[in-house]
Parts: sequence; structure tokens; C-alpha cells
Amino acid sequence: MASTAELEKIVTQVRRDIIRMVHAVNSGHPGGSLGCTEYLVALYFDIMKHNPSKFTMDGVGEDLFFLSNGHISPVFYSVLARSGYFPVKELATFRKLNSRLQGHPTTHEHLEGVRMASGSLGQGLSNAIGAALAKKLNKDNSIVYSLHGDGELQEGQIWEAAMYASAKNVDNLIATVDMNGQQIDGSTDKVLNMGSLRAKFEAFGWHVLDLEKGNDMASVVNALNTAKTHTGKGKPVIILMKTEMGNGVDFMMGSHKWHGVAPNDEQLAQALNQNAETLGDY
Amino acid sequence: MKKYTYTEKKDTRSGFGAGLSELGKTNPNVVALCADLTGSLKMDAFAKDHPERFFQVGIAEANMIGIAAGLTIGGKIPFTGTFANFSTGRVYDQIRQSVAYSDKNVKICASHAGLTLGEDGATHQILEDLGLMKMLPGMVVINPCDYNQTKAATIAIADHHGPVYLRFGRPTVPNFTPADQKFEIGKAVMLNEGTDVSIFATGHLVWKAIEAGEQLAAQGISAEIINIHTIKPLDNSAVINSAKKTKCVVTAEEHQMNGGLGDSIAQLLARELPTPLEMVAVNDSFGESGTPAQLMTKYGLDAINIVEAAKKVIARKA
Ligand SMILES: Cc1ncc(C[n+]2csc(CCOP(=O)(O)OP(=O)(O)O)c2C)c(N)n1
Ligand SMILES: [Mg+2]
Repeated sequence: MASTAELEKIVTQVRRDIIRMVHAVNSGHPGGSLGCTEYLVALYFDIMKHNPSKFTMDGVGEDLFFLSNGHISPVFYSVLARSGYFPVKELATFRKLNSRLQGHPTTHEHLEGVRMASGSLGQGLSNAIGAALAKKLNKDNSIVYSLHGDGELQEGQIWEAAMYASAKNVDNLIATVDMNGQQIDGSTDKVLNMGSLRAKFEAFGWHVLDLEKGNDMASVVNALNTAKTHTGKGKPVIILMKTEMGNGVDFMMGSHKWHGVAPNDEQLAQALNQNAETLGDY
Repeated sequence: MKKYTYTEKKDTRSGFGAGLSELGKTNPNVVALCADLTGSLKMDAFAKDHPERFFQVGIAEANMIGIAAGLTIGGKIPFTGTFANFSTGRVYDQIRQSVAYSDKNVKICASHAGLTLGEDGATHQILEDLGLMKMLPGMVVINPCDYNQTKAATIAIADHHGPVYLRFGRPTVPNFTPADQKFEIGKAVMLNEGTDVSIFATGHLVWKAIEAGEQLAAQGISAEIINIHTIKPLDNSAVINSAKKTKCVVTAEEHQMNGGLGDSIAQLLARELPTPLEMVAVNDSFGESGTPAQLMTKYGLDAINIVEAAKKVIARKA
């Protein structure tokens, strides 16, 4: 088990990676990536049972993760590389021609750690359910995790999947929603107010957990450990994780404007100043 | 003209059901998913014999495709079942991202394709599915002609690693393929060797092509008849060799002209061996309610239409 301080060190480096990756190609999605950094670091460096040095598609005996909101690929790639799935220096190829680090994650280029393409929103919960069902058939009592944007929940397929998971007792699944309250055209409340997501998921038969401080490492680790204790009890589990879009970079925080915009040179310097190099830049 | 006989008319969807049942017994990795059409897809036997491997997803096709893609992780071979319309157009993006682009070993099995679905009308009669599916990189597209061939195809695709679209239908049609004929993906079946015209047919139009061949023979025309059960990958050499010999081609299918078998063959011949070609297919139109037989006649998909197309294309030979 990693200490909170150790995990926080990784978080700072991952934030640097994210900012440098999107700056280098003047494209990509820093906002959601920065907001989900604590979650992904906690998952890959503390919570999940997995084998980064020997990636297999089937992941037998391992916990699996599905990134449904594929646009936050920068944080996903950085965490995969930093946890040992592929060389950290490959982060420099992000979004470039002939790279395995496509704009949105894909299995197509055989990048270790990726098990499903995502980018077209709304599909990952179904994928995670399928993988969870395969685990049950294989008598493999590992856990399947998935992450979704809050705006993404406006997709109908999410609710098809939500209905299925509880009706069929898919209880080896922990989904998390990045509740940053933002999407492309503005706040989720303005674009399409979804009302109480807790009430909705409860009505759909899920065990719902609130994580108020999704950018506080100890809280995130604690929430994920709590979620684990609720698996195997007949109900799928969901964490409603409040985060701040752009967290860790003061001028990016809390605004939908940084959903999919890269910093310029000056902004890059400013952002890096706020996130010290802890593990060595790629 | 070689004589073809059959003892029974059977529906191709029952061939799928029988194939799936057999797979259930022989391959423990085969799992099946259905979106509230278990009876129509003839998946009941599999569901009954293997309840732990059968997933009833309700009327939620997008979720079904997504779950199927996830099930492959861990080594399962999922067969999804619903009508052809809801197997393709309804879930195109899910198939594109979670199955085709993710290179997942999912078998998308689609019944009630085409006009022969009948009375339910155009909302259900998809005539674009072959085109939609063949455009996806890596997707194998199969449209067998009768019960025995559909059963054999169902069994064969379990051994092919990668996404497959398997299309079949509702009505009973002559079951003439030998029950022991091995199904080879991408390998056309020569039904009759001929010299005057090549007829390439798929699915329900294969039997009609045989009937057309008999009518043509009665008029002294020797037709080569080839069953193209695999639209993609197309058996290029079977097409080219036959076209070289007869120097004119007719294609026949229960699908739009745009995007179907004829379109694939025309593309191949235009590149490799420009040859006069006529297409028997639906011409940029939706279907409508009616009996299968009435619809096939109204939309020009009968044996007589193949005969006429053959004569027309023979007249176009240089
Ligand atoms: C099916 C689909 N529709 C639209 C888009 C374009 N798109 C990409 S991200 C996004 C907003 C997503 O909002 P949210 O899930 O809250 O993610 P966040 O912006 O918070 O990172 C949209 C509309 C998409 N990728 N997929
Ligand atoms: Mg959001």
C-alpha cells in the first residue's frame, strides 16, 4: 500500500505530464484529465490488483479499468506509463502521426493497458459490464472499474447499462462519475440539468457513494476502499466523485473553457511552476 | 444445367438457432445475448440449455453490443441476436468503436433482413445492412442462402477470431445445400458451370438464381451460377475467373444496389477486369408492407428479373 504522500508525489508528476503532452501538440483535453488525476493515480498505484509489466488483453485474475470518457486520455496515458505499462518517453508521441497514443484511447495500436477504444461517449459502462460478466463466468473474483464524465451521463446507453447492471446483479463493478459539473458548452446544469444523480442511480438499483473531495488523495483512496467493501452484495456500485475541472492549475480550475484547449508557452510555464517535477519529466 | 432439388423449405434463422445450439454443446466459450427477440432469432434452445451463458438484455441494443464487446475480454465468444435493422443501423457507432475498431471477437447475428420480413414494413426491412457492415475495416460479412448453409456458417464463425456480421432471414426457402458441406469463410460456392453469363447471388437470391439458370437453360443460354455467401472478404479470384470466361455478369441480392454485393463486384471488376454488369437489387427505395413473395415481385427480385438481367447483359457483350 502506497502512502498518501507517495501518491501525491505521483499526482504532481502526472499533472506535469498532462500539461506538457497537450501543450506539445496544441490539442487534447487537459480540464477533465487534471480533475481525475487523484482518482486514476489512486486506482493504478494503490487500489487495483494488476500486472503492468505483463499486459494481457484478457487480464485474468486482474482488476480491470475502462475509461469511458476517452477524451481524458492524457491522464490515462500518463498513469499507464508511470505505473509501468509502457515506456514513459512514449508520452512524447501523444497525438502525433504513427503514435500508439492516439487522441482517444484505442486497442488498435496495441498500447499496453488499453482494452477498449473510447471517445464516442456513453459506451464504456456496457463494456465494463461485459467484462464483469466474463469475470463471473470465469469464476475470477476481481473487480471491474469504469470512469465516466458527468456530461457523458446524458447518453441513453448509460441508462440502458445502468438498468441492466442492477437487474442482473452485476456486483463486481465499481463505476465512478467525474462530477466536475462541466461539459463542452457550459455547466452541466445549463446544458441539460440531470437533477439528482444519486436519486437516479438509486432508482436504477445501484449502491451509490458520494465522494465530496475528489481532488483530495486520502478521500479518494478511502472512497474506493469503501466501494470495494460493497462489491459482491448483489448490487453494482457507483461513486459520485466531485472534482474540479482543471484542478492543480489555478487558471484552469473550475471552468469548462479548459475542457479541450491546450495552454500556450506562457501558460505552460505558469502551470508547471505550480506542479513540481517529482519523478522526472518524460 | 445441374439439377438442384430439396426435400424441405426451411428458414435460415432456424439454421442459425441450430448452429448456435451445437456450438453451445461443443464450445464452452460461446455465449449469446439477445434483445427481447429470442423466439424470432431461434435462440431458445441455447437459452434453455445454457442459462448461465445466455444474456437477455431487454430492448437495449446499444447496451447489448457494448456488453458483447466487454465479454470478449476474458475469452468469451459472444453471439448477439436481434433483427438486422437493430443489429446494424441502430447500433452503428457501438459496433464501430467497441467492436470493429477495438478488434473484438463479437459475432453480430441478424435475422429478418431485407424485404422478406414482410408485413411489418419498411421500418423493419433493412436493405442497407450489408453496406454498413462491409464498410467497417476488419468486419467479415456473411449472407448464407439456406438453412444448412446458415447452420454451417454459424458454426464456422466461432473459429474465426474477429468481428463478423452474419445475416439471415425470416421466410422458409428451399434447403438444398448438402448438410455436410463445410463452410469456408470467403470461399464462393460454384453451383453451376456455364459459359454465357456469370450470375453471382447471395442469401435468398441464390435459389432464385438457380431457378433463373433453369429458365435460361431452357432458352439455350448457359449460365454460370456462383453463391457468394461471404460479401467480405470477397472471393476475388472466383469472380474474376468466371467473368473472364463468360465476359458478362449479373449480381443478385436482397439489398440496396448501393453498398451491396453488386457494388462490391462492380468495384472489383472495374479495377481488375472491366466487364458489362447488371444488378438485381433494390434501387434506392424503402420497402413496404406485403407478403414476402409480393414484395420480391414488386421490387424486382424474382427469378424472372435475373433472367431478364442476364439477357440484357449478354446483349451488351462487345
Ligand atoms: C457520442 C459523443 N458525442 C459528443 C462527443 C463530443 N464530446 C467530447 S467530450 C464532450 C463533453 C463531455 O462532458 P463530460 O462527460 O462532462 O466530460 P468533461 O468535459 O467534464 O471532461 C463532448 C460533448 C463525443 N465525444 N461523443
Ligand atoms: Mg464533466
